Amino acid sequence: MADDLARRADFMDGVWHEQDTTPSDIADALQELLKQRHDEDEGVAPARVLNLVVIADREWRGEILNRLERVGRYHPSRLILCAVERGRTTIDAIATLRMEGDPKPGELALYHEEVLLDVGEQHLPKMDTIVDPLVVSDLATVVWSPHKHDEAVDSLMRLAQVVLIDSEQEPDPATAAARATELEQLSYVVDLAWLRSTPWRERVAATFDPARLRRELGAISAVTVRHRPDSVVTGLLFCGWLASRLGWDPGHVVTHDGGLFGRCHGRRQDVEIKLDPDPTMTAPGLAGITIQTALGTEIDLNRGPGGLSARRRTKDGRESNWTVLGASRGEAGILGEGIRQALLRDPTYEPALEVAQAMLR
Amino acid sequence: MATVEQNPLTEGLERLPVHPTTLVIFGGTGDLAKRKLLPAIYNLAHEGALPERFNLIAVSRSDIPHGDYQAMAREVIQEFSRRPPDPKVLDRLLENVRYVPGTFDDDSMYERLKECLEKFDEDGGLVFNRAFYLSTAPQFFSVIVGKLGEHGLNESPESEVRVVIEKPIGTNLAEARELNQAVLSVLREDQVFRIDHYLGKETVQNTMALRFANGLFEPIWNRNYIDYVQITAAEDLGVGTRAGYYDTSGALRDLVQNHMLQLLALLCMEPPVTFSADDVRDEKVKVLHAIHPPTVEEVPDMTVRSQYAQGMSGGQGVPGYLDEADVPKGSRTETFAALRLEVDNWRWAGVPIYLRTGKRLARKITEIAVTLKPVPHLAFEQQGSVGVQPNQLIMTMQPNEGVAISIGAKIPGTRMRIRPVNMEFLYGTAFLSQSPEAYERLILDAMRGDATLFTRVDEVEAQWRIIDPILQGWAQDDSPLPQYPAGSSGPEEANGILREGHRWRTI
Repeated sequence: MADDLARRADFMDGVWHEQDTTPSDIADALQELLKQRHDEDEGVAPARVLNLVVIADREWRGEILNRLERVGRYHPSRLILCAVERGRTTIDAIATLRMEGDPKPGELALYHEEVLLDVGEQHLPKMDTIVDPLVVSDLATVVWSPHKHDEAVDSLMRLAQVVLIDSEQEPDPATAAARATELEQLSYVVDLAWLRSTPWRERVAATFDPARLRRELGAISAVTVRHRPDSVVTGLLFCGWLASRLGWDPGHVVTHDGGLFGRCHGRRQDVEIKLDPDPTMTAPGLAGITIQTALGTEIDLNRGPGGLSARRRTKDGRESNWTVLGASRGEAGILGEGIRQALLRDPTYEPALEVAQAMLR
Repeated sequence: MATVEQNPLTEGLERLPVHPTTLVIFGGTGDLAKRKLLPAIYNLAHEGALPERFNLIAVSRSDIPHGDYQAMAREVIQEFSRRPPDPKVLDRLLENVRYVPGTFDDDSMYERLKECLEKFDEDGGLVFNRAFYLSTAPQFFSVIVGKLGEHGLNESPESEVRVVIEKPIGTNLAEARELNQAVLSVLREDQVFRIDHYLGKETVQNTMALRFANGLFEPIWNRNYIDYVQITAAEDLGVGTRAGYYDTSGALRDLVQNHMLQLLALLCMEPPVTFSADDVRDEKVKVLHAIHPPTVEEVPDMTVRSQYAQGMSGGQGVPGYLDEADVPKGSRTETFAALRLEVDNWRWAGVPIYLRTGKRLARKITEIAVTLKPVPHLAFEQQGSVGVQPNQLIMTMQPNEGVAISIGAKIPGTRMRIRPVNMEFLYGTAFLSQSPEAYERLILDAMRGDATLFTRVDEVEAQWRIIDPILQGWAQDDSPLPQYPAGSSGPEEANGILREGHRWRTI
């Protein structure tokens, strides 16, 4: 705890900490911190966007805080980070108010609240009773558990409106899809693996948007997705999205040539689905996509400098190359997007997940 | 599921596809292009929001090569972008930037422009949409549009052609009509996007959200409950380096004719059937048509104009308007304008709507304040406190965007004493997203063909119909112009247009 305090001293505005404490003492302390802050300066206000409850292993707490720090303006308004320490029986807590940015005179100064808890494994099944007094009422509560701890997540379901997951972190894609589906029944799910496919989905939608190309959607005959070896779920979700939007019946995928291969059944023809791992890819997510149509058109999108490198080749051999502009969001950007998406609703994830799961059965 | 005709892939996407577009900026080396347009285009590129395929052509008088223009564009983007540019994205964006030098009445320039546009089409293997952005002095608007027509650039059989026109659309009703006629003799109305950048601000769009997404306000949004409305757009700065333009414009033309009447229309319009461009604009036009323009004789009773004199701003002495650089000696241009208008329709009849704008006022604030009628009977004693005040709903556009409702509350203690307190909602506390610059939204909407946030021809003319008689009345009045000290809340004379019992909110 002391190390954390010293390390983060630059950001502190108001801090409270106590060892062997209780949730109600922490809640009282937060209230007192807010009151003190407001007494000092009426021109400040607490951000009131969402509660983010993170369950993480104690040794990764600093890493999680760093990741959240990098999400910038999408930082949750109240963060409750529960660091799980093996063998611990008591709860230690640090509550901090952190000012955002450097407001100009006359402008509103915003601050965020951060509660760092050290808890033990014994607390996990009843995590809801620890967290409940600490969340801001009437704000959406998002739960994120990057190091599994499913029992804590399950106990928090009664408090949470949204669960943030990263299906890529589960080594087995079928297990990942099953867990996402299970959580979907209980809460709204924001899946970072799905968000990694967003730019690709946007670009494919844009590519087929001109009327003459839109007609070719029904003629898609093959889809190849290149992905980082451990990002197969992102690739499957992308294929699931295409299939669900275009009304393809999913077929099973099987291991083939180091990747996955399968077929979906479109209205006019079968669609070959291929997921190729790309070991040169360093960042999680997709490396490229190739879509072929029965009319002889081939569209290729690949990561490139300053955006996606696009190529379209028609049946008569004409080829056109361009760059679809856009900066890489990086993993911090993905997490920030995940937090932002918690307050939105994407109707296309669930159908895409269903298809992805069907392909893996 | 959506039909193939509707592109089933767009469902659920936040960023909808925009057809491949070549954007042409006339006045590509001008201040607006440098400070706003080029940085806005970069930010759209950064976010992946530009059309999938995008080219930019800048047209201006300076005879410089492409390379120099690209270097200038890089420099201004680095200086004025709201985020540090990603060098790779910037490099790629600039690869598709071309520069065509020439004057706006030069036929050969349009031929070179045409060649450049066609080269992009040829290289891309498709016909790009064309969006012409007229970021020039207003006298060139009709010249450019006319030349686009003469050179066949006003339409394309295989793509959309759109023209974005900056304000001001004329300096009076006659000029606005003349310009509109010139433009519409070459283009269809659905090709014309008249920018009022105020409408691109999130805060202004939130006015519609507040009214039409909340059942709380609609029942009281009428003459039975609302006593009066005030719309204020106050600036704490003086004219600065803009005296050359400002002195020919003045507060009425600069802010009231466009931005403030737009705010008024959004505040007073009936709920549109849909939020499509024409449904929203139809409702706004009805409000503008329902405003009784003052006769020249009524102008002194309904309006006030004034100029700032020397005073104090931010603790420092500042010069009066007439002492500012480049302001003509003896100028009678108003730096403050206040109006009392009424919307003569079933909902608003008899409710005064006060508009007020000025430079070098006490602080920078843009807000709409709706004051409700007082309660009919006061059971509470009024001694010992400021007492029961009418409720106010205040929508603040800047600097701290939000909504506040003033309500009466009991002062703690043994006596029943009441004073007003505020229930406040601040957008900044509830939405952590950074609002895009107004120009980012507007450029994208224009390329997409969504005219909701642009001013239609009949709106522009309806706005001038209200403002014209005021300009005429002021032109006929040669009495000394009232002055107000810089850093104050404006001239005392502004109180003269208020109805009994009404008062201006403190700036």
